Amino acid sequence: MVQLLSPEGDYGVPAQYAEYGKYVDALTEADFLQFYKEMSRMRRFDNEATALQRQGQLGLWVPAVGQEAAQIGSGHAVGKNDHIFPSYREHGVAITHNIDLMSILKMLRGVNHGGWNPNETRFHLYAIVLGTQVIHATGYAMGVNFDGKVATGNPEIDEAVITYFGDGATAEGEISESFLFAAINNNPQVFFCQNNQWAISSAVGTQTRVPLFERGAGFGVPGIRIDGNDVLASYAVTKKHMDDARNGAGPFMIEALTYRIGAHTTSDDPTKYRSQDEVDYWKQRDPIVRLEKFLRRQGIQDSFFEQCDVENEAMAESIRQQTFALGAPPIENMFQHVYSEAHPLIEEQSAWLKGYEASFGDNEGGH
Amino acid sequence: MSNVVEMTIVKAINAGLRKALAESDKVLIFGQDVAELGGVFRVTEGLHAEFGQKRVFNSPIAEAGIVGTAIGLAMRGYRPVAEIQFDGFVFPAFNEITTQLAKLQNRSEGFLTMPVVVRIPYGGGIGAIEHHSESPEAYFAHTPGLRVISPSNPNDAYWMIQQAIKSEDPVLFFEPKRRYWQKGPVDLDNPPAGMHDAHILRNGTDVTVVAYGPMVATALQAAEIAAAEGRSLEVIDIRSISPIDYATIIESVKKTGHLIVAHEANVSVSVSSEIAARVAELAFYHLEAPVIRVGGFDVPYPAAKLEEKFLPDADRILEAVDRSLGY
Repeated sequence: MVQLLSPEGDYGVPAQYAEYGKYVDALTEADFLQFYKEMSRMRRFDNEATALQRQGQLGLWVPAVGQEAAQIGSGHAVGKNDHIFPSYREHGVAITHNIDLMSILKMLRGVNHGGWNPNETRFHLYAIVLGTQVIHATGYAMGVNFDGKVATGNPEIDEAVITYFGDGATAEGEISESFLFAAINNNPQVFFCQNNQWAISSAVGTQTRVPLFERGAGFGVPGIRIDGNDVLASYAVTKKHMDDARNGAGPFMIEALTYRIGAHTTSDDPTKYRSQDEVDYWKQRDPIVRLEKFLRRQGIQDSFFEQCDVENEAMAESIRQQTFALGAPPIENMFQHVYSEAHPLIEEQSAWLKGYEASFGDNEGGH
Repeated sequence: MSNVVEMTIVKAINAGLRKALAESDKVLIFGQDVAELGGVFRVTEGLHAEFGQKRVFNSPIAEAGIVGTAIGLAMRGYRPVAEIQFDGFVFPAFNEITTQLAKLQNRSEGFLTMPVVVRIPYGGGIGAIEHHSESPEAYFAHTPGLRVISPSNPNDAYWMIQQAIKSEDPVLFFEPKRRYWQKGPVDLDNPPAGMHDAHILRNGTDVTVVAYGPMVATALQAAEIAAAEGRSLEVIDIRSISPIDYATIIESVKKTGHLIVAHEANVSVSVSSEIAARVAELAFYHLEAPVIRVGGFDVPYPAAKLEEKFLPDADRILEAVDRSLGY
């Protein structure tokens, strides 16, 4: 397992992972501080969203507490021409790519099903049916290959694709099929598996009998396990393999071993299936605390951490107010973009509903 | 003068695909055995040799992967034409088609389009083993976000495959496999207006018979026999199962007052169920008899030695005509 930052905040590169060390060497203090800012922002956002759900402002929340290092580190390793295919818990990766967090909250409030522009952001839509995003990413990466945008040697041209999924999703057939399609096409693609050890109530042993990072090998996709609570390992290992993918090395799998501190969603009750001792063990390995220890050893002062708290509180207040302000979407939204071209049933039913709603007049509280 | 040539449905789809490949380098053809072999029915014969491995290539035997990668390629700007080898093998891809392909335009609020064509040879009558004779079109017609069409003759096959590839929406293209070798004229210059328009193939006054795909030839045969018995059947090939051109059907029913809907698929919760319900709503006072559905029985597609009794034939359509006129 690649670990560059120990739980105590000590940085060191074991000899067998020397190839990854140079990616950390290239980082500046500003980068480390940025990692911390975004990890703490992700945590604050997550806690605020849970609170909003508890207050009835969101239909559901999907917490990612504990997975900040895996997401912020790998997200920063994605290049400006690369493409990201997330699952539905990648709020931190979204932060690294400046996705408006309200887009995510709108989904969980029930305003829409996503709706940000994946072409512009290169951060594709959340995928709720497990594994579907992985085969889409695989097809997309085949297209990158067909376009000749791999291994040209020109960093302005070359592109790679990263796809995120969890330990639970690895059991889905589409993920095995993705390994195969990616391997036979030598795709410029990184499979980033966050093994948070729980798929709702099913332990990872339900999904696999071999370490997950070995899952792709039989298909021709080599892999490595990293400490998913180590932001520097997450960054360095992802950066190297995205660079390699862009340069034509083919697909690679990264298993980030982490832990889902929170529930699967706000509808879940983890006390039914796992012990408090286990959760406490992982809380001791909190990725944000680990990075803070490292930064303090680098001489970073209280004022920086205090400033982060101030900014995060402002962010939380802002999304809170924006969530309150989200109304219901216009009724006609449900008929839009079902098809790109005209469709008689859509036109007929949309017109009917409009007439039906209008028949109640203003006194009926119509929209 | 138009440029009209005689060809089979197989050759017509092949010619349509060739034209689409030549017109846009974004068009890709893939699926099982579509490359050197040209597909098990030879629909893609010669295309690999002509356009090369980057445009026409074999996929692993993984239907979810075939449709899933088609979706990813469409996101990248390609216009994939994926082949599912047989009707009964589409189900591993059912999730990708119904939860992803059908919904991504809506989910993305229009930022994505899904110009994907899924070609599926379908239907029975070829003496095949299990899973090679099915008619699963209703599953897809039931799913919002998909377009579902099925040509019945070479001219439609040639043009509708090209129209499907040009569509920004996902299209399921059902090919009537037992009619693959049926010959007919193809007008290479003048396309039919749209891929969703119903065509009246035979004018009549007594009973309207609606069919699509492989059952169109059977309906025309029934009309021929009925004519000899002094009954005039109007035969409509709806060509499109989603959406359905109701205007053409309703106009005919207003004239005849009698409607039979025929297809190979089992009738319960089928395309004919939907047409019957809609026509009852839209033309209730014009109907002189209930709409009668003629189709397969609600059993798994039987072993080949029994398929002749399972599939509707001209006599089963004529029996329905008798019942309809007997009201």
